[in-house]
Amino acid sequence: MNFERITEKLSILADAAKYDVSCASSGSKRNNKDKGLGNATGMGICHSYTEDGRCVSLLKILLTNVCIFDCAYCVTRKSNDIKRAAFTVQEVVDLTINFYRRNYIEGLFLSSGIFKSADTTMERLVQVAKKLRLEENFNGYIHLKSIPGASDELMHEAGLYADRLSVNLELPTEEGLKLLAPDKNRQDMIDPMNFVKNEILVYNDEKKRFKKTPKFAPGGQSTQMIIGATPETDLQIIHTANHFYKDFNLKRVYYSGYVPVANDSRLPSLQSQVPMLRENRLYQADWLMRFYGFKADEILDPKQPFLELDVDPKLGWALRNLHFFPINIQNADIEMILRIPGVGIKSAWKIIGGRKFSKLNADHLKKMGVALNRAKHFISFSNSLQNLQTLHHQNLKEIILKTINSKYEEHYQPQLALF
Amino acid sequence: MYLLTYDHSVEGFFSAVFEAYERKLKNVVIRKQGLPMVLFTDGMRRVSTNPRKAERVYVKLKALMGELGIQKIIYSLLTEEELCEGYIFDVIKYALANPKVNVMKDMSHPSVLKLAQYTKSVHREKHRMEAFVRFKLTCDDIYYADIEPDFNVLPIIAKHFKSRYQDQKWLIFDQKRSYGIYYDLYKLEIIQMKFNRQYNREEGLEMLKKDEPLYQSLWRTYYAQTNIRLRKNMRLHLLHVPKRYWKYLTEKIPEY
Ligand code: SF4
Repeated sequence: MNFERITEKLSILADAAKYDVSCASSGSKRNNKDKGLGNATGMGICHSYTEDGRCVSLLKILLTNVCIFDCAYCVTRKSNDIKRAAFTVQEVVDLTINFYRRNYIEGLFLSSGIFKSADTTMERLVQVAKKLRLEENFNGYIHLKSIPGASDELMHEAGLYADRLSVNLELPTEEGLKLLAPDKNRQDMIDPMNFVKNEILVYNDEKKRFKKTPKFAPGGQSTQMIIGATPETDLQIIHTANHFYKDFNLKRVYYSGYVPVANDSRLPSLQSQVPMLRENRLYQADWLMRFYGFKADEILDPKQPFLELDVDPKLGWALRNLHFFPINIQNADIEMILRIPGVGIKSAWKIIGGRKFSKLNADHLKKMGVALNRAKHFISFSNSLQNLQTLHHQNLKEIILKTINSKYEEHYQPQLALF
Repeated sequence: MYLLTYDHSVEGFFSAVFEAYERKLKNVVIRKQGLPMVLFTDGMRRVSTNPRKAERVYVKLKALMGELGIQKIIYSLLTEEELCEGYIFDVIKYALANPKVNVMKDMSHPSVLKLAQYTKSVHREKHRMEAFVRFKLTCDDIYYADIEPDFNVLPIIAKHFKSRYQDQKWLIFDQKRSYGIYYDLYKLEIIQMKFNRQYNREEGLEMLKKDEPLYQSLWRTYYAQTNIRLRKNMRLHLLHVPKRYWKYLTEKIPEY
């Protein structure tokens, strides 16, 4: 192994891959078979965290950063004057195995620039996965990027070896894509996604009848949208996400605040800030849809197409819908308990369990992990009327804001100053 | 008050619980052996660990509070906290007095809640160790890792490593508690060792396989490159990777 050469390649190809925010290794269960190497537990482990606070779970690299396309928001774009490099299939296999054996990673997330055609690129990615599975008996996590325009046959093979497949939508709307990635078209992205979705359905169906059906992309599909490079509203973004969750059974939609990488009049300037708070609010809205039973148009409506930056979307919904409150903690349904600001999923279930034993009071809730500073305004207890006075106070929002220390406060301040 | 002391093991603790009921003792306090003395009026007894008695307590509690309930008790003991037995014994008494309900669900009971908190902390430490173990390949083809967890989680992480790394020998050593678990490709084994002096990195190098420092260096390169500087957020970073864990994290250790 030429160690220096590999170090250089790794340096270039990890750097180019890092803007893909997904690093999840969850959602796939794969047992270690025949005394081989590795397993996927379904939970996923973050083995480390970068200084930007993101989870490091997978070896996330490009096979090559040679690309024939010229997408404006991408460091790898053809017109960018940067060093190019390419791994061989065997080099990626060796790195993955050696990192995995040392417990650095859960597996591999392999993407690539489109170096010749979609199919040649996809074929090379599939080779890596195939080699890991068949030659190394590797049962760790593999996430492959589906190259837009890749053939159904290749996507089928990819699904046999990978845990997760993803095509990045890149931009929330077709117009955005046309503007910034003129070489790409949305249909090329949707086709492989559709194919994989159908294959997964076929697999689920066959598994019911034949136990030995080989796995097909057990971790499902995900996608990513870049936020803030184009002028879409949060409403458009949330609706796009909702559409893909529903119609393509996606496991995750990732939102990636645009990190300025190019001096291009179509894009925010190189000095612009990464919209991290907005990105965070979108993730919160996404959680509300997936786990808290909120519908997309409850979170935002055409009159208010952007998420508020000063309050999280759940609190925002509560403040706009005061008529649902206060909620009686002793007998409300779980669906309503979940809608109380400051009550998470875990504490909601603790409330349901605990109230069978005693009449809950504020102290109980606090110990169950409820953020009382927010929740108390929206709750009524069985035998007291204590907080009701504040609920219809016209300054309720300010009252609550004073008690919240947002972890994004530092980011929030300078952004406010821009208005 | 009557004091029962036990040998720090889970079996020892269950033996003490058994004796408390067997002897119908009133106002029992169970403590680990070797802790500073407290004043007690009604006497004390050093419980000898008895697997048969321990098993009976275990079976009974499992019937009362299920797999998850018994797991909470064991996790709470692994905190090694001085006063943990008090809360645990409290919950056991509560469970035995109310055989019809699963008292572990009663989060309005202070000791039940305390056990839930202990469990959460131990669980987090278990999860951290499963993430933060960094193996180094030694000359004799053993993947070796040092750890110093806050709680005694080695016994509960071994299973994870055994199912994941079946085709390589490995040894995870708890430097704080001076014991390790070794997997020899077939079974797990507990290993006691005393290192007679401080760990010396340069000397350690001789024990490693030739390529080992190279892979460590590649990992550091990767770790540095995957960071997005414009998004730097050290507060969040330190929340996830508190400094006390850096000592054995390859990516946090400078190059040789
Ligand atoms: S095709 Fe992919 S790698 Fe190439 S420029 Fe576009 S986004 Fe970047």
